Amino acid sequence: MTSAVAPDPEALWTDADLIAALLSVDPAGLGGVAVRSGFGAVRERWLGLLRARLPGHAPVVRIPIHVGEDRLLGGLDLTASLSQGRPVAQGGLLAACHGGVGVLAMAERLDVTASALIASTLDQGAVLAQRDGLTLREVTSFGLVALDEGADETERPPEGLMDRLAFHLDLSGLSHRDVAAANFTPEAVETARRIYPSVAKVDDDLIDAVCEAAALVGVSSARSCLLALRVARVHAALSGRLTATAEDASVAGRLVLAPRAKHAMAERAPQGQQTEPNEEASHEPQPPSSGETSETASPPDLDETAARDLAAEMIVAAVRAALPDAFKLVDPSGRASAASISRSRGGGAAVKSALRGRPLGSRPGRLKPGARLDLLDTLRAAAPWQKLRAAGEDAGRLRIRKDDFRIRRYVQRAELTTILVVDASGSTAFQRLAEAKGAVEPLLAQAYVARARVALIAFHHGEASLLLPPTRSLTRAKRLLADLPGGGGTPFASAIDLSLAVAVAEKSKQRTPMLVFLTDGRANIDRAGQPGRQAADRDALAAAKRVAQYGVRALFIDTSPRPQAGADRFAQAMRGSYASLPFVQSDRLADLVAREGRAVMS
Amino acid sequence: MADVYPFSAIVGQTALKRALMMAAVDPAIGGVLVFGDRGTGKSTAVRALAGLLPPIRVVRGCPFHCDPQKPSACGSDCERRDASGHATYTDVISTPVVDLPLGATEDRVVGALDLEHALTRGEKRFEPGLLARANRGFLYIDEINLLEDNLVDLLLDVAASGENLVEREGLSVRHPSRFVLVGSGNPEEGELRPQLLDRFGLSVEVRTPTVLAERVEVIKRRAAFDHDPAAFVETWAEEQARLSRLLVTASQVVSQLPVPDSTLEASARLCIAIGSDGLRGELTLMRAARAAAALEGADEVRLSHVRDVAPMALGHRMRRDPLDEGGSTARIERAMLEVFDA
Repeated sequence: MTSAVAPDPEALWTDADLIAALLSVDPAGLGGVAVRSGFGAVRERWLGLLRARLPGHAPVVRIPIHVGEDRLLGGLDLTASLSQGRPVAQGGLLAACHGGVGVLAMAERLDVTASALIASTLDQGAVLAQRDGLTLREVTSFGLVALDEGADETERPPEGLMDRLAFHLDLSGLSHRDVAAANFTPEAVETARRIYPSVAKVDDDLIDAVCEAAALVGVSSARSCLLALRVARVHAALSGRLTATAEDASVAGRLVLAPRAKHAMAERAPQGQQTEPNEEASHEPQPPSSGETSETASPPDLDETAARDLAAEMIVAAVRAALPDAFKLVDPSGRASAASISRSRGGGAAVKSALRGRPLGSRPGRLKPGARLDLLDTLRAAAPWQKLRAAGEDAGRLRIRKDDFRIRRYVQRAELTTILVVDASGSTAFQRLAEAKGAVEPLLAQAYVARARVALIAFHHGEASLLLPPTRSLTRAKRLLADLPGGGGTPFASAIDLSLAVAVAEKSKQRTPMLVFLTDGRANIDRAGQPGRQAADRDALAAAKRVAQYGVRALFIDTSPRPQAGADRFAQAMRGSYASLPFVQSDRLADLVAREGRAVMS
Repeated sequence: MADVYPFSAIVGQTALKRALMMAAVDPAIGGVLVFGDRGTGKSTAVRALAGLLPPIRVVRGCPFHCDPQKPSACGSDCERRDASGHATYTDVISTPVVDLPLGATEDRVVGALDLEHALTRGEKRFEPGLLARANRGFLYIDEINLLEDNLVDLLLDVAASGENLVEREGLSVRHPSRFVLVGSGNPEEGELRPQLLDRFGLSVEVRTPTVLAERVEVIKRRAAFDHDPAAFVETWAEEQARLSRLLVTASQVVSQLPVPDSTLEASARLCIAIGSDGLRGELTLMRAARAAAALEGADEVRLSHVRDVAPMALGHRMRRDPLDEGGSTARIERAMLEVFDA
């Protein structure tokens, strides 16, 4: 994470230690934790702490990132099914987690389907599936440890999963030198585990206070509040109390609500704009508690209100203290993100394979190398013929012939992400900017129909910024685009760097990125942020060449009123296509992009 | 999975609760689509609906829950009937609400060859799937937008025709499969193909409550439920029973409820005004209004009922401009003002 204020390592580790203790008291009830950290000693040490505090018999199951649905949920046990002549079920990884924790590696790259499967298992406390000719129904309750190695704030585990995990822990600022001794012994955690069921229900005033605090810092999901309340109770147990106090709730606020508030703010106020990033949390804690709440609450006697307000204030203060003052989503210059390319996977397109993707039933076929036999369907195909084929031969053996073979088919979900890079600098006159905006709209409408993703990058005022991370929510894209102010220098090189970083991140998620540049290509800010036409142009060309190196498809749409000679040099450097807007009607632009898109996907 | 959160204890979400009850009153309305933010209790509401539905009488042992009062529809084991065509052995079961888990494979959904039977006895026998279990009940798909397109197509087709046709592995089976399809999802994770939207009778959008007091109430009730589910269910039992009775009475009267010509005419004008395509919208609007009137205990379908249900019956049928932020509800409200109050 690239927060402006480095968190105090000592306090961070203390919290990490506390989270490991809280989570091991009731992993299933708290959902789990997302741990942002690269692979290394700090993370291993933290996992070790957690493992030591879980009950001795509790399983710790590693879930690899590209685990198939069959392994995740369970499915057909091949050998047992063959030897017994009937479908025999085999439990999956999620069922194996029962009573302990599942450790999900590289959770930032989890696809939405797998995420939804895990989320529904967490919700229902059971694996429920209908697959491979089996009805699976296995009770499993566990906490999930989602290891998140995302490079920046846009790359993180799916929101549906994050919402269900009580803790979002960021260890990325810690070095192994910061790791201190543990504050909780396994015995202390064991004691807490024993008394936790007797901890009373959180009283109504404290619930009010927690909800109020959540609303004040802009956390709206009901699940967050429920998780915070549970954390308060677990914390009470860990402190040897049978009732949760305002102090417990403050800790819950700091650990559960603060990271969510931080993320919500980043989502709402995309950087690159001059808005106060955390205006909501930056106002004084006193007025909301005295003013707004007395309207919504029924009129209790004064002492009670005062006590509750005090609690709410405590929680808000705790949450606020945990939020950095100046908070930014991505380094707006794009330099940090560009640097992150080298850290993420190398170049080239993602390896495609017929064995990956989502299953799409099976069809008759030949058993050639690389084909995956669908055993169940093969048996189904062979079954009706057994009597006939057995005639004259010894019975009791399955007779399977070539034409019984059923081969699994998979669809590689080739999803397209269109990354729009819009030049809103001063050189693009306002009228041209409006035209560019108009040209983009049919494009967005088309993306909606094709269910493609869109990301929006704009550059102006010497900065390139990611206005909208890849999303399917096109209304947001449209709104952001409409509000996009123009003016300032043209940092074309930074814009290309940033767009490439986004494209590479998309590739790592098995999506196919396509860059669409809408600019006149007249760069005048170089990579270092200094004005100067020549250096800027040189940097932009270098950046464009990297696009070609990474094999990302690009479409360069020239928005200048009179395209100059050599205007297509950027397109050539990117090995992309070139079109000039004056000669392209905006509706034809959509066709053009669609054609490019098809070319990319084929 | 012992206690299910009671339907009657759900805070707010009026439109969602209403749509689900309407679909239960008149299954012909044709399914409910629920789209909304995370953690707004979409699936809680749908799963809670099961507790509200009246029990049904079925032919004993029939995998398709055939109605004993009607001639056998499935052509399987349920043909032991007396002279009048009624089945001799019957059971009472709760109305099925079948969950279609994400990642379900086609064979489990439509049914397939019973492998064990085929291998051990060499006989072809059909092993019914989820579509059989959902007959005469509800089929719920959480995260419908993540479901494979071919499965969604198949489900919508069966839901519309009320019959499941299985042609696979040399089997050729058809069996009744009448169910109310309920789908839910989070639009941030991908939208449903626009072509499929209008195959749903009603669509509801759920949002996080904006009033703090309501939010607090949601949390309080949920916390109380988590703490002691049995006691919580008990607290709400009376209200739950009241809703249950309401549902039963409404289902009985709904088909006889008169629709005055003036109401019919007004809703036709509304459909024209907002340019909703086809007859389906008009029909659904009428059915939905009738179900709403029945739930309210009204003696005829009035304009106010049409007004109440128009957003959920028509909202997803309008020629949609994906970039129009005002949302379809606002457009319908505007059209209603023009058509009804002019």
